[in-house]
Amino acid sequence: MSIKIALAGNPNCGKTTLFNALTGSNQYVGNWPGVTVEKKEGKLKSNKDVIIMDLPGIYSLSPYTLEEVVARNYLITERPDAILNIIDGTNLERNLYLTTQLTELGIPVVIAINMLDVLEKKGDIINIQELSKKIGCPVYEISALKGKGIQEAADAVVKFAKENKKFEVAHVFAKNVEDILENIAEKLPKDIPEEQKRFYAIKLFERDSKILETREDFPDIESIIADAENEFDDDSESIITNERYTYISSIIKGCYKKKSKEKLSTSDKIDRIVTNRWLALPIFAIIMIIVYYVSVTSVGSLVTDFTNDQLFGEDGWYLFGIGRSDYDAATDKFVEENIFNHKTEMEAELQKAVDEHIKGSEEILAAVQDEDFDAFEEAMGSYSVALESEGIDISEYYNDDIMENAPDKADYGVYIPGITTLVSNGLEAINCVDWLSALIVDGIVGGVGAVLGFVPQMLVLFIFLAFLEYCGYMARIAFIMDRIFRKFGLSGKSFIPILIGTGCGVPGIMASRTIENDRDRKMTIMTTTFIPCGAKLPIIAMIATALFDGAWWVAPSAYFLGIAAIIISGIILKKTKMFAGDPAPFVMELPAYHLPTVGSILRSMWERGWSFIKRAGTVILLASIIIWAGSSFGMVDGSFGFSTEMELNDSVLGMIGNAICWIFAPLGFGEATATIATIMGLVAKEEVVGVFGVLDFEGLGALAGYAFLAFNLLCAPCFAAIGAIKREMNSAKWTWFAIGYQCTFAYATALVIYQLGMLFSGHFDVFTIIGSIVAFAIIAFVIYLLVRPYKESTKFTQKVKINA
Amino acid sequence: MTLRDAKVGETVKVVKLHGEGAVKRRIMDMGITKGVEIYIRKVAPLGDPIEVTIRGYELSLRKADAEMIDVVK
Repeated sequence: MSIKIALAGNPNCGKTTLFNALTGSNQYVGNWPGVTVEKKEGKLKSNKDVIIMDLPGIYSLSPYTLEEVVARNYLITERPDAILNIIDGTNLERNLYLTTQLTELGIPVVIAINMLDVLEKKGDIINIQELSKKIGCPVYEISALKGKGIQEAADAVVKFAKENKKFEVAHVFAKNVEDILENIAEKLPKDIPEEQKRFYAIKLFERDSKILETREDFPDIESIIADAENEFDDDSESIITNERYTYISSIIKGCYKKKSKEKLSTSDKIDRIVTNRWLALPIFAIIMIIVYYVSVTSVGSLVTDFTNDQLFGEDGWYLFGIGRSDYDAATDKFVEENIFNHKTEMEAELQKAVDEHIKGSEEILAAVQDEDFDAFEEAMGSYSVALESEGIDISEYYNDDIMENAPDKADYGVYIPGITTLVSNGLEAINCVDWLSALIVDGIVGGVGAVLGFVPQMLVLFIFLAFLEYCGYMARIAFIMDRIFRKFGLSGKSFIPILIGTGCGVPGIMASRTIENDRDRKMTIMTTTFIPCGAKLPIIAMIATALFDGAWWVAPSAYFLGIAAIIISGIILKKTKMFAGDPAPFVMELPAYHLPTVGSILRSMWERGWSFIKRAGTVILLASIIIWAGSSFGMVDGSFGFSTEMELNDSVLGMIGNAICWIFAPLGFGEATATIATIMGLVAKEEVVGVFGVLDFEGLGALAGYAFLAFNLLCAPCFAAIGAIKREMNSAKWTWFAIGYQCTFAYATALVIYQLGMLFSGHFDVFTIIGSIVAFAIIAFVIYLLVRPYKESTKFTQKVKINA
Repeated sequence: MTLRDAKVGETVKVVKLHGEGAVKRRIMDMGITKGVEIYIRKVAPLGDPIEVTIRGYELSLRKADAEMIDVVK
């Protein structure tokens, strides 16, 4: 039979390091059902029959925080065979506080004291035998980081678990408190085992609502509690907490020798600078710039572009880059001799097109004038049909026959084609049917590419996050930024997700993992994608150029809109039923700084990256395939079918767009093109521009265009981000709530912009008047939501189920 | 006086805790109990929260919560 051991301890005490050292690679990482708390399980390296459950890092077993309730429920309902309690030797008092609660559960406890080496360096000494006697459980000295003493502690806890002995609580409270507890214990239902009586007596005394709910036949002890509260002039919960710390203080004196002289530790010295009144903000800004620059701008986008364009795209790549320059040189030479040798003729022909205002002709002409073949090819790809239909013909100078002789990439160096090219060539070779081949290439490979395209950037970011977390700076970020962010219901740590969100919302959402408070984290997940990400910039640029003559204020206004949306949403959501239920006290430990190990950072990076691929990947892949099918099937020559050359307007997607476009009429863009563009934006926001590039822009006025922009910036993010939301919320209900909220918010914002814009620009028809009334009603409602009274809850209401 | 009024660099002793429920329990769980000594280390750059040393470690809490803690010098 397998043995179950729970690993419990405070946050920042080396628990994760110990867990990794004990289990190695035999780990399963997931979530506790329905909540965002991470669940880690593993098999002991030296004995595969022993299962180790890594409980969330907690300070206490109170019923008030999600992590503590999860840990508690596991311990009470699953009753592991033993608990391995890891303790930070440099912080004995507070760590032992949890121990006094663990030992009361009636489950054998073994203590592993970590970081004693750090303590010894300072010259402090802990008398382990004495401590073991006083606290009533075996104590082992370990160094999780160096792997010292771990095996001994593991063997001891396994042996202890096998013995299955009754476990007695050693610590005692003051005489009068003990009398009360004994009195309550006698009244408890008879079927509660002897060793658990103390636990239930204390919980009943504390009026612990979560325990009281578990059964109906608990005795009514309200009068006993009331008497005690009068006697101690304190509430019953505080009486017990006080007693625990009093007991710990009393035993610490006997077994902990502190060197008298208090020196400033390295950590203190670092903190003096890093959270200094004047230096803190500049240092914070510099660190954020580095994080952003490396993970979003430089390394991140380089690797992401490679994955998207070359590995999964059509470009392909050269092994180690060898051969690229040769190929480029050969191409330049070829183009110069075979295409741009007719530069003057081409320019003359294209000038005609420009004079006739044919779409795209300016771009092609500019490319020819610059002799930029890449730009020329791209522009021709988009607009050659438009040119031909207007009778402009440059095919004499640029056609397939000429290009046939162009240099072949495969002739230079070790050329590896993109996966898309490889797969489609393979399918062609086996004569695969058109639609199946398209499904595999465009639907599946494209979808997988969409998932994996985000991974490299994310991994780079995760390295930073793990480093900031493990070294202790993340807690300081919360300390520095709390004042600003708490006003709208977010955590100081929300800064990072939002900052990263300006690059890409997917890693932004994933970065919210570092926020430990459940409410703050959910709020951050919901609001991060309001900020314009990299893929939304083309939409902003398109609207700005096409409808506002490239006005300077369009882009800043988009960011302003995003920030305003975050602030307003934060305040509104904080007061809604979904969030107001749970308290969010900000009483946070600032752990000592230390240098994390490379191994732990890489492991954290890998776990998070993998969980994104696994948990978000399915959503993204499925959605990509559905959208692909929607845009590839439709009416072809009067009958329903599949075509590789499907016009968006004739596709199923187009039909849906036509059918539902009336929804957007109050926002000013109730027409098929804008609707299809919005739907395509779910695949990736830059697709919006693609749709308008192919279809036409006419019919959209400046005001409607801006409303369209506002809606697309704020509404549901792309599928990749939705997948990330799903992964981080770990609940379908919350995911739908997030998306529903974002869409509603976007709709309301766009409506207000359009209708009031119409009103103020002097339109007074019936529709505008009705629309304006609705717009004013929305504004009034939002103002009400913003200012309505709100009281921070003191009860933790979330239900947590622990399934075996 | 309350912990909120204590100046940076001072060491104070906790006399009584007000409030109830989650916030109070959390504060006490972190070791702020009657009779314990608190050293006020610093105030965050934006004026809130504060950082204190208690039972040998660093803790940060908001001024609004510090107001619930009665202390003497």
